[in-house]
Amino acid sequence: MALEMTTDTESAMDTTMSAPPAVSAEGETLKMRGRDVKVFYGDKQALHGVDLDVRKNQVTALIGPSGCGKSTFLRCLNRMNDTIDICRVQGDILLDNDDVYDPRIDVVELRARVGMVFQKPNPFPKSIFENVAYGPRIHGLAQGKSDLEDIVASSLQRAGLFEEVKDRLDEPGTGLSGGQQQRLCIARAIAVSPEVILMDEPCSALDPIATAKVEELMDELRQNYTIVIVTHSMQQAARVSQRTAFFHLGNLVEEGLTNDIFTNPKDQRTQDYITGRFG
Amino acid sequence: MKDHIVSSFNEELKELAGRVVEMGGLAETLVHDAVTALLRQDRELATRTIAADQRLDNMQAELEELCISVIARRQPMASDLRDIIAAMRISNDLERVGDMAKNIGKRTLAIESEFNNKQLAVGVEHMSDLALEQLKAVLDAYTSGDLEVVQRVHVRDDEVDALYTSLFRQLLTYMMEDPRSITMCAHLLFCAKNIERIGDHATNIAENIYYMISGSHLPTDRPKTDELAQSTTV
Repeated sequence: MALEMTTDTESAMDTTMSAPPAVSAEGETLKMRGRDVKVFYGDKQALHGVDLDVRKNQVTALIGPSGCGKSTFLRCLNRMNDTIDICRVQGDILLDNDDVYDPRIDVVELRARVGMVFQKPNPFPKSIFENVAYGPRIHGLAQGKSDLEDIVASSLQRAGLFEEVKDRLDEPGTGLSGGQQQRLCIARAIAVSPEVILMDEPCSALDPIATAKVEELMDELRQNYTIVIVTHSMQQAARVSQRTAFFHLGNLVEEGLTNDIFTNPKDQRTQDYITGRFG
Repeated sequence: MKDHIVSSFNEELKELAGRVVEMGGLAETLVHDAVTALLRQDRELATRTIAADQRLDNMQAELEELCISVIARRQPMASDLRDIIAAMRISNDLERVGDMAKNIGKRTLAIESEFNNKQLAVGVEHMSDLALEQLKAVLDAYTSGDLEVVQRVHVRDDEVDALYTSLFRQLLTYMMEDPRSITMCAHLLFCAKNIERIGDHATNIAENIYYMISGSHLPTDRPKTDELAQSTTV
């Protein structure tokens, strides 16, 4: 019965809504939890049983050398790995108390709750307005045209892009600069009111100014959203995140407060990696 | 520890550590010379010590510049960052140690009356031996990374403090007994205070080395026994 009473954006996943949220030892709410997560690409195992929590309203940075499994883990969080045929995922991923890999889950809906921003800005070949309006429209989040316009405007505002594009919302999104395109993609992600935003190296194709704007944005966004970011820039991880997880060879080596990880890591491998001594 | 992928970064860290050790050596020499000059009334040595402090100041300024440049260019992390911060702080302490030695040198020149009180001389010498021993131990630990030595230095500073307190009382007694000795005794008192401070700087260095190596801080609740604890009763 509970199913029928929930709104469109929530629905099937909220069968366990009454359960209290999981909390960390410090009393922080755990928005997402990974338990013994193993991922295989065909015969090759990419993740070897990772336990990692994502805390609500915090930025969690995943760092590690190429091929360490950080992006693989990130993509498990909203089942982006489903798009890869040979990919198998074992273990549990929980969003609040919902099992993300529950067969009854609507994946499209999951990805509205757990949005994603990619390495390369990938706006649709449509107008700026349509890029942002698309998600709310297909998810039925807007009650009419003016409501949709409000959602687009507020999303662009929250992504720090509105002032720059408000007079040319009809122009193609692909005509914006790289940094603006990436903020457009962030606006598109937040337009569907996600709970978690996954970012896979969101600044690696941006210049330092555009990077700084996105980083500033992350800090603002975390008031309302939970953010997980994969980054190759240690300085970026240090700047934007509250917690950092270091992956190596498909294992989670160390996770902790960003401050501790970058000043006094516990594991020698973390120390070697972040100080540039690897190999 | 493994070497950096970027070898020039390695070189810079080694260079930094080398300069700290060099500064340490010079600071030790300055203190030793200053106290020797004081006890022997060697005005020539005192003058040389005062002049040599300038070199220590320059080294400190250069080292700080190098640290800032490394931070700006390399964005060091974890143990590298701690190494650099520790080098900067330790060089500050060593520069101050040099200032203390210089001050003792200046007072040596200012003391005109004959410094012939053997008991006081022994007290000052003993105190400076201990402070120098502390400084040397902690500088050795900087190179060896021996945390036990670091902790021992940290605890032993009490002994320097205790010696200072006893010297303080002796000097007060002399001054009360013979007002003509007041100028000399006041200078000596400041010299003793300088030596006591050198002990404090050795303790600071110990704390910085501890942080550099372990990443955590030495507990700071050392029992403190200085002259203020007893001065009201003197």
